[in-house]
Amino acid sequence: MYAQQVKSTGKKVVSLEEMSPADRDFQERINRGEKIEPKDYMPAAYRTNLIRQIGQHAHSEIVGQLPEGNWITRAPTLERKANLLAKVQDEAGHGLYLYCAAETLGVTRDEMFEMLHEGKMKYSSIFNYPTLTWADMGAVGWLVDGAAIMNQVPLQRTSYGPYARAMVRICKEESFHQRQGYHIMIKMAKEGTEDQKRMAQDALNRFWYPALMMFGPSDNDSVHSAQSMAWKIKMNTNDELRQKFVDETVPQAAYLGLTIPDENLQWNAETEQYDYSEPDWNEFHDVISGNGPCNTERLGARRKAWDDGAWVREAMMAHAEKKAQRKAALG
Amino acid sequence: MSNSKEWPLWEVFIRGQHGMSHRHVGSLHATDAEHAIKNARDVYTRRNEGVSIWVVQAKDIAASSPSDKGPLFEPASDKIYRHPTFYDIPDEAGNM
Repeated sequence: MYAQQVKSTGKKVVSLEEMSPADRDFQERINRGEKIEPKDYMPAAYRTNLIRQIGQHAHSEIVGQLPEGNWITRAPTLERKANLLAKVQDEAGHGLYLYCAAETLGVTRDEMFEMLHEGKMKYSSIFNYPTLTWADMGAVGWLVDGAAIMNQVPLQRTSYGPYARAMVRICKEESFHQRQGYHIMIKMAKEGTEDQKRMAQDALNRFWYPALMMFGPSDNDSVHSAQSMAWKIKMNTNDELRQKFVDETVPQAAYLGLTIPDENLQWNAETEQYDYSEPDWNEFHDVISGNGPCNTERLGARRKAWDDGAWVREAMMAHAEKKAQRKAALG
Repeated sequence: MSNSKEWPLWEVFIRGQHGMSHRHVGSLHATDAEHAIKNARDVYTRRNEGVSIWVVQAKDIAASSPSDKGPLFEPASDKIYRHPTFYDIPDEAGNM
């Protein structure tokens, strides 16, 4: 989800027998469940793939602040405002944990920012949809953070130590995000006025399919999965996680008295899971390649923050250097 | 890449509530030690995780190398007599 389409070599997974001794040793460590640490040997492709994946994940956290930041000043109560501020601050923190994890692989944070700003690195498609009403804050917390948790919980066991440790911290903090969103939905959909119920249903209608897209393309079209799964930097297939998300979310929607916008949604007694309609994959490819409703706005906001902040970053560094010099001069 | 100078990287150690030692929690960028502590407070203690913060520049940490793993740590693995369970004490002797 947060790393939806991490481009890999696209080559087929090499068997243990075909590997070089160093690569075989590396793969066997992963198979035994050992963690790979920054200074350990790793194949160049593992490093490159991880930088793309963790970077994409970090960028999603950072860009993900924007749709919710949109509502901080217009939250309906002081309490909701404080909740939302805390959540958005968490997203910033999550981005920072992840950038640090990526930096252990030999890329710098500034380089990653620049690749994001130049469109060379991606972030999750979900953040290119607008947040039009307050109910969207409920739907985002409930569905978007819900989908994020679904993906991040298994990543706590990922093979790269710094990434796994960042995921542990993030998962600990993420549950609050989903619950505060669902709480907003309860207030509006179950306890609210007719207008508020309509808003809640409208938010679900708009966010349902984009949330399903967060898990990435269908397994049949996902060319990058096999190698990532062998390396344990991806723990489940896209469709497995999407199914799990649907199965958990349907009863939650029923509790709220809301209707999931899918005529084909029904319980399948044989497979013991819900059958559901796939999202529009053409829309997904459009959004991820830059043509979603808010892509220009989101990247514009990121670039502006980076450019406008340049003088502050430089001034703080200059000030710290001057202070250090003064201290050195005083002995 | 821009010419802007990136802030140095700091490693952050936090002491939790219950008298434990400082524990490594992650890293961050900051211009100097004072700034690093301020940032560490925002990034790593949003939920009462700590009562004390240490920061140290990442470049100042000396670390053992993965290839030293054998020589450094293997000598300990065959010295099982360093563990209490190596010694069989009869039940009659009571709790020990």
